[in-house]
Amino acid sequence: MSNNVFLALQNNEEARPLIEAIEQDNAEATVQHFPAMVKIDCPGRLVVKRETVEALIGRDWDPQEIHVNLISLSGNVEEDDDSFALVRDR
Amino acid sequence: MSAKRMNLREKYQRMTRDLAWKPSYQSEDDIFPQAKYEGIIIHDWDKWEDPFRLTVDAYWKYQAEKERKLYAIIEAFAQNNAQLNVTDARYINALKLFLTGVTPLEYAAHRGFAMSGRNFPGAGPQVSSQFQSIDELRHAQTQIHTISHYNKYFNGFHDWRHMHDRVWYLSVPKSFFDDAMSAGPFEFVTAISFSFEYVLTNLLFMPFMSGAAYNDDMATVTFGFSAQSDESRHMTLGLEVIKFMLEQDERNVPIVQKWIDKWFWRGYRLLALVSMMMDYMLPKRVMSWQEAWEMYFEENGGALFEDLARYGIRMPKYWEVSVKEKNRLSHEVWSVFYNYGHAAAIHTWMPDENEMAWLSEKYPETFDKYYRPRFDHWHKHQKKNGRWYNNTLPMLCQTCQIPMAFTEPDDPTQICYRSSDYEGMQYHFCSDGCKDIFDDEPEKFVQAWLPVHQIYQGNCGGASVPEVLEWYHLKHGQDNLEYLDSQDRANWLRWKGLTEKAEAVLQKAANE
Repeated sequence: MSNNVFLALQNNEEARPLIEAIEQDNAEATVQHFPAMVKIDCPGRLVVKRETVEALIGRDWDPQEIHVNLISLSGNVEEDDDSFALVRDR
Repeated sequence: MSAKRMNLREKYQRMTRDLAWKPSYQSEDDIFPQAKYEGIIIHDWDKWEDPFRLTVDAYWKYQAEKERKLYAIIEAFAQNNAQLNVTDARYINALKLFLTGVTPLEYAAHRGFAMSGRNFPGAGPQVSSQFQSIDELRHAQTQIHTISHYNKYFNGFHDWRHMHDRVWYLSVPKSFFDDAMSAGPFEFVTAISFSFEYVLTNLLFMPFMSGAAYNDDMATVTFGFSAQSDESRHMTLGLEVIKFMLEQDERNVPIVQKWIDKWFWRGYRLLALVSMMMDYMLPKRVMSWQEAWEMYFEENGGALFEDLARYGIRMPKYWEVSVKEKNRLSHEVWSVFYNYGHAAAIHTWMPDENEMAWLSEKYPETFDKYYRPRFDHWHKHQKKNGRWYNNTLPMLCQTCQIPMAFTEPDDPTQICYRSSDYEGMQYHFCSDGCKDIFDDEPEKFVQAWLPVHQIYQGNCGGASVPEVLEWYHLKHGQDNLEYLDSQDRANWLRWKGLTEKAEAVLQKAANE
């Protein structure tokens, strides 16, 4: 059975750099586009790094900003000042 | 010099745990009288970890931003008469189902989480429950506000709150939430946060909202995704509450497993309404119910339960039955609605040729064999003798309250009947899952308000369909019956300047 975690984001201007950051930092992530929504699956662990997002958008970024464009997720959340991660816990 | 900024962990500590206090005038047992009777043993409430570490300042900031975005779109939608841009007026019936069936549940969740926040002795779950209670109120309000625009143009939206308490199929979602809210706080959060939101909610919101996007209903997409952004936090709370109970004491494991079994099955039966919405009510379809079940339950739910295996938790009982039913569920449910379309607050119809082709393609093992012949028969009957409605009221399942129309797990040609005797009376069920739930708490479920029983007992306005419809606040010939003959459709053709032929071409194009 799959051990994927997933993150679903709105397909909008604010989420695009997040998706790009995820693709940079998670080599195994697969990005699927649905109407108005993007679903990103990744085996075991998926991380969104503050540093990568900030480099892409050219301003400070707080990982809690992800709440605004988040649609759904699966996995255990690990959140701190520098990243937002989803992990399978086994 | 200003003080060093607190990091997330410190801030969370200060603004949740540090705001709590130990009572001295009254005992904790008196203040939190519901904390122990369910049998859940908690040794240390401070072990509760909120993975999101959301504090009230951040909460208001992000929620305000979500609201600003949402209302900008709702306004633009109304100003541009965007209700005219949806694929086809049949789509509007999915919104009617949502407003009468789902929105009142948001309000019930608002009340439920206010109660669980009051009844949990720990500061962590008090804070998360309080946020969720406010979220749910926001969801109810934004949904009512968004959909009110459709009420100006289409029938069936006018008295959704009244209908939720009375209409036969709406007793399915209503009784689901009443069951959860009349349980204790631990069962309530297991039911709603874990079993419904974590395991199943993706199947409610993702197909509804993707469906809205596919059918060009931007307003619904927006309130849906705005609500869903809170939902991610709720799902995380759901997983946290389960892990917390399981880690606190091993005696909690069998209680939690029993609740997971019960609420998986209750939630799955409730989603039967979503299955028919996906496969029959969207003029332009996103994915089939079967595909959604495979993606969101079998794959994703499977991974989740593997995570929980180390606590001694297994997959919910009868999950295999849900897999066996995945290629017939929506067809069986839409058939029920077609039978009773004269007593529903939505319009019903038979899928056209293109839609039947889509159903055959998506359900190669079942559609042509079991359902197409039935639908062909109804089509022919409608052409020759007029639309057929079933004037005999159906038997309902005592637990899920859905008409007994589901088939045997291993025989799609045989209706599944189960029954139990309790204090000299016989009770009927649609499945082993519903029978087990009753058998565990018969004293609760014998009290169920079953719409068909109530009609026959004379409690619903009278014995005839028009009298019952009046009691539902439905206008016969306007809010109910066949879509093809409806005022909604006549208006739609007029507003869009469409001939019937052009309508058929557009409907065909939506499906390609």
